[in-house]
Amino acid sequence: MKTLDRKVLHLLEEDPKLTAENLATMLDKEVGEIKELIEKYEKNGVIVGYRTLIDWEDTDIENVTALIELKVTPSRDRGYDKVAEKIYKYPEVKDMYLMSGGFDFTVIIEGKTMKEVALFVAEKLAPCEGVISTATHFVLRKYKTEGVVHGAKAAEDKREKGILM
Amino acid sequence: MMDYSKILSSKVTSIKPSGIRKFFDILDEMDDVISLTVGQPDFDTPWHIREAGIYSLEDGRTYYTSNSGLLEFRREVCNYLERRFGLSYIPETEVLCTVGGSEAIDLAMRAILEPGDEVIVVEPSFVCYGPLASLAGGVPVVVNTELKDKFKLTPEKLLAAITDKTKMLVLPYPSNPTGGIMTKDELEKIADIVRDRNIIVLSDEIYAELTYGKKHVSFASLPGMRERTILVSGLSKAYAMTGWRLGYACAPAEIMKQMVKLHQYAIMCAPTTSQYAGIEALRNGDDDIEFMKDSYDQRRRLIHSELKRMGLDSFEPEGAFYIFPNIGKFGMTSEEFCEKLLYSKHVAIVPGTAFGESGEGFARISYAYSVDHIKKALERIEEFINTLK
Repeated sequence: MKTLDRKVLHLLEEDPKLTAENLATMLDKEVGEIKELIEKYEKNGVIVGYRTLIDWEDTDIENVTALIELKVTPSRDRGYDKVAEKIYKYPEVKDMYLMSGGFDFTVIIEGKTMKEVALFVAEKLAPCEGVISTATHFVLRKYKTEGVVHGAKAAEDKREKGILM
Repeated sequence: MMDYSKILSSKVTSIKPSGIRKFFDILDEMDDVISLTVGQPDFDTPWHIREAGIYSLEDGRTYYTSNSGLLEFRREVCNYLERRFGLSYIPETEVLCTVGGSEAIDLAMRAILEPGDEVIVVEPSFVCYGPLASLAGGVPVVVNTELKDKFKLTPEKLLAAITDKTKMLVLPYPSNPTGGIMTKDELEKIADIVRDRNIIVLSDEIYAELTYGKKHVSFASLPGMRERTILVSGLSKAYAMTGWRLGYACAPAEIMKQMVKLHQYAIMCAPTTSQYAGIEALRNGDDDIEFMKDSYDQRRRLIHSELKRMGLDSFEPEGAFYIFPNIGKFGMTSEEFCEKLLYSKHVAIVPGTAFGESGEGFARISYAYSVDHIKKALERIEEFINTLK
């Protein structure tokens, strides 16, 4: 990948609010070139989406996250992909990965309460064709998500202001 | 009752406190200010460097080092200076580890100056040179640089300031607050002037790693200049290590011997933990420098283009992490402009006069802040500018 492409993707990953105009100025390029580049990566799926990271723990809205380990039997014709497709289509599934090691899929589920998540696993995931077993781990506290440390303290400017340097 | 006026040293009491203290007092008392005043990196020190400091503590490295600093640290300074700027110094006799670049400046002046010796100080510049020269018995002679010269020291201005009493020239490039730099050609013209005179050059190269487009040229690397240069630098800006207080000076052994003496009696040695962290930084931190520099460069382009768009003219800075726009056309002094901006829009920038009288008509804006922060501040600055039109 070209240096410019890498830089644009990195900058957008850090701050999706940057406009094509901002990026063009910052990287000393034409706006048109940057726009084209972003469009290209939006179309081919490298830019998967633009989301805001929200720490629901800091709100009064109930929210619980669980990590589910799944063991499955791959389907005959399409292997793991077919089983995965059945699972990730549920809106409750936030992330899903095929893993190496002792189990097959990691599935991240978000729900309002532990009970809701547990029911989803018992009623939807476990009975799914190909699923052999599940192990549910509830997240007790989030320290860092998507490279961002949680809490206002992490974002504060630690520099003293009253000095002239 | 003690009469302190009879007790305190007049040499010290006669040093004026910074003229813009008032401005900072107002700033301190206000909430929700978007500040662009800070003169230090916004990055935390890279983790591998912090870890080296932590590990040194775990390992019980809690003792004084030699006065000049750990030999390993001085060796790494020499490797680094050779690798990045083509300089060659002897770690055993020509390098001293100091408490930040500021201590090194103080030592250099006290080691060199006799009462009445004149020190040429280029302004606008960082605030310490004049007062430290005075405290060392010297007489600061200010040379005011100008926007039309991109705040560079020109040969004409230097020649006009030199007298029989000139002992030292302070060369503070890349420049805080202007963002100006000196190219090799421009430095050579300065070298030609000092070459045949007994003038020592104190080259403060703390921002050497932060130049954009042109690579920094160290004054000591010019032919014949090593013998008359005291190079002062540190790890604060390049590696985001301001709080570690870690700097160094490089100079010919004859000068260094005297500087070490002063350092030995006043300081003993720079903090040991910082020196261990510094070894890691100098040895394995080149990528960190590139990463941070790249980031400053992007913000520099953004802030320069945005200020220009809103009608706040400034020349494109080529070094450090400041931009120095010209606010003269609004018919206010720098301090008035900055105070009004602070009161009406809660955005803080530093009046140019904080860096010398020739800073009048300018303001220093630091871009050692996240792009998001800079954009928010710029929006408010634009609103303010529009009220003045």
